[in-house]
Amino acid sequence: MGITRRAAICGLLTAGATATGITSTSAAVMPTPPADAVGLLYDTTLCIGCKACVVACQDANDLPRDPVGIDARYDAPVDLNYRAKNVIKLYHDGDQRSFVKVQCMHCIDPACVAACMLGALKKREFGIVSYDVNYCVGCRYCEVACPYGVPKFQWAAATPRIVKCELCNHRLAKGQEPACTEVCPRHAVIFGKRADLLKEAKRRLAENPGRYVPKIFGETDGGGTQVLYISHLPFDKLGFPALGDDPAPTLARSVQQGVYKGFVAPLALYGVLGMIAYRNRNKAEAEDAPHKGGTL
Amino acid sequence: MSTHAAPVGGPLVTTGTRLFAGIFGLGVIAIAWRLLLGLGSATALNDGYPFGLWIAFDVVTGAALACGGYAVGLLVYILNQGKYHPVMRPAMVTSALGYTLAGVGVGLDVGRWWSLWRVPLFFWRWNFNSALLEVALCIMAYIAVLWLRLAPALLEPYTSGPDSPWRRRAITFSRIIDKLSVPMIALGLVLATMHQSSLGTLMLLAGSRLHILWRTPMLPLMFLVSSISMGYAVVVFESAFSSVAFKRKPEIDMLAGLAGAMAPTLWVVVLLRVGDLAWRGQVGALFAGDGRAVMATLEIVFFLIPIVMLASPAQRRDLGNLVRAAMAMIFAGTLFRFDTFLVAFMPGANWSYFPSVPETAVTVGLVAFEVLAYVVIVKTFPILSGQTLAERQAL
Ligand code: SF4
Ligand code: SF4
Ligand code: SF4
Repeated sequence: MGITRRAAICGLLTAGATATGITSTSAAVMPTPPADAVGLLYDTTLCIGCKACVVACQDANDLPRDPVGIDARYDAPVDLNYRAKNVIKLYHDGDQRSFVKVQCMHCIDPACVAACMLGALKKREFGIVSYDVNYCVGCRYCEVACPYGVPKFQWAAATPRIVKCELCNHRLAKGQEPACTEVCPRHAVIFGKRADLLKEAKRRLAENPGRYVPKIFGETDGGGTQVLYISHLPFDKLGFPALGDDPAPTLARSVQQGVYKGFVAPLALYGVLGMIAYRNRNKAEAEDAPHKGGTL
Repeated sequence: MSTHAAPVGGPLVTTGTRLFAGIFGLGVIAIAWRLLLGLGSATALNDGYPFGLWIAFDVVTGAALACGGYAVGLLVYILNQGKYHPVMRPAMVTSALGYTLAGVGVGLDVGRWWSLWRVPLFFWRWNFNSALLEVALCIMAYIAVLWLRLAPALLEPYTSGPDSPWRRRAITFSRIIDKLSVPMIALGLVLATMHQSSLGTLMLLAGSRLHILWRTPMLPLMFLVSSISMGYAVVVFESAFSSVAFKRKPEIDMLAGLAGAMAPTLWVVVLLRVGDLAWRGQVGALFAGDGRAVMATLEIVFFLIPIVMLASPAQRRDLGNLVRAAMAMIFAGTLFRFDTFLVAFMPGANWSYFPSVPETAVTVGLVAFEVLAYVVIVKTFPILSGQTLAERQAL
């Protein structure tokens, strides 16, 4: 009995220790973008806030209008929602002001994809994080997971879906560029291969060091994103989260994989518990204790 | 003392059951509302708070409250404390009911509930990085294991009835379940260990949007251990409820023992919580004076309260005190889960969430259904063992 109990406690502690991932948390490795990764580059110094991209995005994605304001006469989504995959926000504080475009960042290692049970959200062609409604159960865990608050849900719909920018993959398939980059009169947002966009961002920063804060958002943030930003104001002011360089899903994944790598820990726990339960039952039968084997 | 479980008997329709049926009826109306008019109309959920009362309470807290079978199972089968065997069956009934209702909660919460069947079947699509997938699969399997293990008890009225082909089938079936009891016990314990800890992993994926006081790789272990404490608390509470409701002699020895088993688990939770904050250098965040710091402090205080209330053997033998301590414990575990899923989540200042009336009606209605089903089951099937007051007086 003494030995059995000690074995039981050891077993539980081991399981517990593994469950916390302390045995396995390793420093996250910087993920590499897919070879064909495409993305956007948005430059706050060029954007004039005309919102042409907002309307173009609604049209290209068959989204309904999003009327707000007095008598609902303004088609001006105030934030991403199930009718808006792309919005332009304004930051202003005294004489500091900047527009900022908001849409899915197409993370290299996306938290939304880590969340999704059957891979309704997945990185597909060109590294685009796209959505396949057939595998979505509407659990909204992607909304909880995304560090930028991008995926939105059709709350009012009887058969709700997740709505988010899929980098106009339907247009890319036809050889067109995304609607937002196509209409931008100032080329404040441009489309291209991520590698080229990164080069272009670095070039602009190098040529005009006084004009920009010395950072390309998305180069490494949260493991890197395929949508990149350069800005004349610090990124935290524009509403970007401070994520560090580890991919956003690192913490949860290291715990999850720490426990379930190769399914060893659960199987070991099963073996240990089964053995102890078996021995205890046999002993109880021998002693004819009240909980004689069998049912319950 | 009779060691055999027997149906409590008595009328199924009483003032009490009518009341609970009425509350459940209101819940059914709210469920219909949600199914016909959608989540947006029935709930206060929004894009900032996509998880709300149903996930935090019905699913996450509900599963922890349904840990009685797990907690007592560890005592009986693993720590070889055979004396607790009589509470095993009632604990399993509350577990089976609790988990089943947690499953119902998930079904109501997901937007595309008609697609849920794909989750267990489309194994080639399984994303093993998703803690939610693991929780979903484990809970589904666990519900099946719990009902299968209860099946012989639920079939007993038939297996001991008059002979018929069905009776013989029921007997064969019960024998098979009996033969498989050890593998099924071990499977149940592993499944419970897995999903109770993974429930604590869920919110870690929110990363920087989970407040630093809760953003720790220790969260799964704290969820696991506190679910065991809650399991004991619920069994104590449920035994006391049964003794009052069905006029039975309370099993004070056993309940005192369970309270004794609960105390170390509570200590582990508190020490993990405080130790983890110290280890991560975040003790200061407890004194930041903001709402989240206050909630985290309250959590720790409420975990300490039952420890104090159950410190001495005399306190553990006082039924009233036991019930109050169990309720404090249940409150602490519930608070911990609400904090992790709602309070600690930081979607941005422009979002807020407070459960709507229909949302609350569903939650309350499902709890009422659970009580109702428990009463009906113990009155009809051999679940509770021990002596009734009437039996004792007759002697
Ligand atoms: S920004 Fe959010 S929705 Fe877009 S890929 Fe990253 S995690 Fe997913
Ligand atoms: S809501 Fe749909 S897309 Fe989002 S995580 Fe759940 S199943 Fe995946
Ligand atoms: S890429 Fe397409 S969907 Fe995404 S913001 Fe631009 S226009 Fe909208």
